[in-house]
Amino acid sequence: MVKEGIRILIADDNSTDRMLLSRIVRNQGHQVIEAENGAEAVELFQQQRPEMVLMDVMMPLMNGKDAAKKIKALAGEELVPLIFLTSLTDAQSLADCLESGGDDFLSKPYNNVIIQAKIKSFSRMRDMQQILQQQRDTIATNNEHLLHEQHVAKAVFDNVAHAGCLSAPNIRYIVSPLSIFNGDVLLAARKPGGGMHVLLGDFTGHGLPAAIGAMPMAEIFYGMTSKGFALRDVLREINLKLKGILPVGFFCCAAVVDMNFDRGHAAIWMGGVPDCVLLRANGERIELKSSNLPLGVLSNEQFNDTLDDYVMEVGDRLLMWSDGILEARNADGKMFGEPRLKQVLDDSSSVDQVFDGIHRALDQFMGGSQRDDDTTLIELQMTDEQALEAYLPDLRSGPIAGPVDWHMTYRMESHTLRHFNPLPLLMHIMMEVPGLRVMGGELHTVMAELFSNAFEHGVLGLDSSLKSSPQGFMEYYRQREQKLQQLIEGYVEVRMRHDGDGHGGKLLIEFEDSGPGFDYKSLPIAEERTGSDDTQYCGRGIPLLSSICERLTYKGRGNQVEAEVHWPQATSRRE
Amino acid sequence: MTVQASLSGNGQELTIKVDGRFDFSAHQEFRDAYESLEAEPQSFVVDLGGTSYLDSSALGMLLLLRDHAGGDSADVRIVNCNQDVRKILTISNFEQLFAIQ
Repeated sequence: MVKEGIRILIADDNSTDRMLLSRIVRNQGHQVIEAENGAEAVELFQQQRPEMVLMDVMMPLMNGKDAAKKIKALAGEELVPLIFLTSLTDAQSLADCLESGGDDFLSKPYNNVIIQAKIKSFSRMRDMQQILQQQRDTIATNNEHLLHEQHVAKAVFDNVAHAGCLSAPNIRYIVSPLSIFNGDVLLAARKPGGGMHVLLGDFTGHGLPAAIGAMPMAEIFYGMTSKGFALRDVLREINLKLKGILPVGFFCCAAVVDMNFDRGHAAIWMGGVPDCVLLRANGERIELKSSNLPLGVLSNEQFNDTLDDYVMEVGDRLLMWSDGILEARNADGKMFGEPRLKQVLDDSSSVDQVFDGIHRALDQFMGGSQRDDDTTLIELQMTDEQALEAYLPDLRSGPIAGPVDWHMTYRMESHTLRHFNPLPLLMHIMMEVPGLRVMGGELHTVMAELFSNAFEHGVLGLDSSLKSSPQGFMEYYRQREQKLQQLIEGYVEVRMRHDGDGHGGKLLIEFEDSGPGFDYKSLPIAEERTGSDDTQYCGRGIPLLSSICERLTYKGRGNQVEAEVHWPQATSRRE
Repeated sequence: MTVQASLSGNGQELTIKVDGRFDFSAHQEFRDAYESLEAEPQSFVVDLGGTSYLDSSALGMLLLLRDHAGGDSADVRIVNCNQDVRKILTISNFEQLFAIQ
């Protein structure tokens, strides 16, 4: 599609030739600007910016070739077709015209048809060039726009997925983002009761999808950790969330650690990440392997939240990395790979050189070539709780002040008992107390045990000795179902009282049921505690109960039980 | 990278063979291999005999296939993995979801 009439500069020192060519061009509907020599041609081009130039090769003041170079330079990235006019016919001269920056040539004497065809053809080329430039500019603008949006989004993202306590003195890490958003996520947070949760995550892909998944993950991680939830609960919640929001095929490989500095141990969950290494201060090395699917793959029913426990002495380190380190490719397309990483571990003369060693080896290997994945490396050191005191969240400030002095009674009659599980509700009330959140998992165990005793043995009158054989176990649940259907009267009453000041507290849990009770006096007696008139008994076969509870007491005819829990718990009691 | 799909004689089993690098560039071809079928195969075999390398987006594609084949009740076997490929599947614990031979 050629536009009607363009402006064409004709430069020729021979006025007859110039007028002749001008007339032909005008007759074809174009405007003509005339120049008598090269210098004038350059000047007129500068003033009027014609869209095409027809120029004689031999001219005074400045010959055509020099003028052509100047005009091409002035035109910059605009395509101004420049056609030389020549009476020369030998191939070399014609080729020279093109060499010196001309796009084509016209031989004298002129031929109308050829001139018309050439002007058309170059106009088309010019149009195409313009479209290309417009598209390029559009792409550049869009890209700039996109980058700007990403920067804004990144600012939001960084506020959500902030570094937490990654600056703590026992942590060293490197994160090298490939794009503005990074598929790798590194989160660390102090627990209200001391210790630390750390998460290294690697989302499938990077950029927007990874960031979208990383935000709720960070939100849950920081939110639940600061409220004192156990790492298993945090993991479950993250898995559920990711499973819900990520399309099939997108997931997050992760290594998640619960560091306990008081007891000197770490509990680790690994799903889909490369082997981690536990480096003992004495040089011993233990490789830890992923035993789970990545987060966001399985439904919560199938999700395995088991953590592996490792004892760690002060100075022992845990080293974790994303597969970006192993898959980092240098200019030759070679991968850094596990053997090189192992080599660094072998060559390091002491544990405190390993982190720098890996960092250095990676830099040397890459030699400045573009990294095609995210390379994240983190080292966690076992330390004393005191060393991290500055990084402890203040229990009394902000959202983690909670109810400290309250009591409640919750009585369930038979209809309720038939259809309703009160545990989530009761747990929820307890979990409002910051100091109790830290013990959420253990308290759940206590509540579940006490409730099922009160309900199944007390109200339903089921015999627990049935459960000792597999057949009996089936029978027990068959009977439970049957008695549940037939239940017409009975109750379970739960009373809870909490006293405390925000730094510590005491929770008293009482269960009472309508059942006949049992001969609790014949239970094996647990250690006597001073200051209590009641005889102490272990729960029915649950040593955990007595390890969590300060005291556990059966009362009345055996249809009442009291459990007392103190927080913060003395660390020695939690072995 | 090429993806070839072949249906068993009775139309009950679909074999998808991936050659070369199994990464995001195979996405469309891999999905077409099982989505554009007339038949409804009961079982699926992913033959990675010719696969030199596989990345996490390939793991994602395998999950998509599993989902398509019935999720938890899916019968999807992954066969002929070389050592590198097998390692990646092992790290991700995919043997919990697929029969890997």
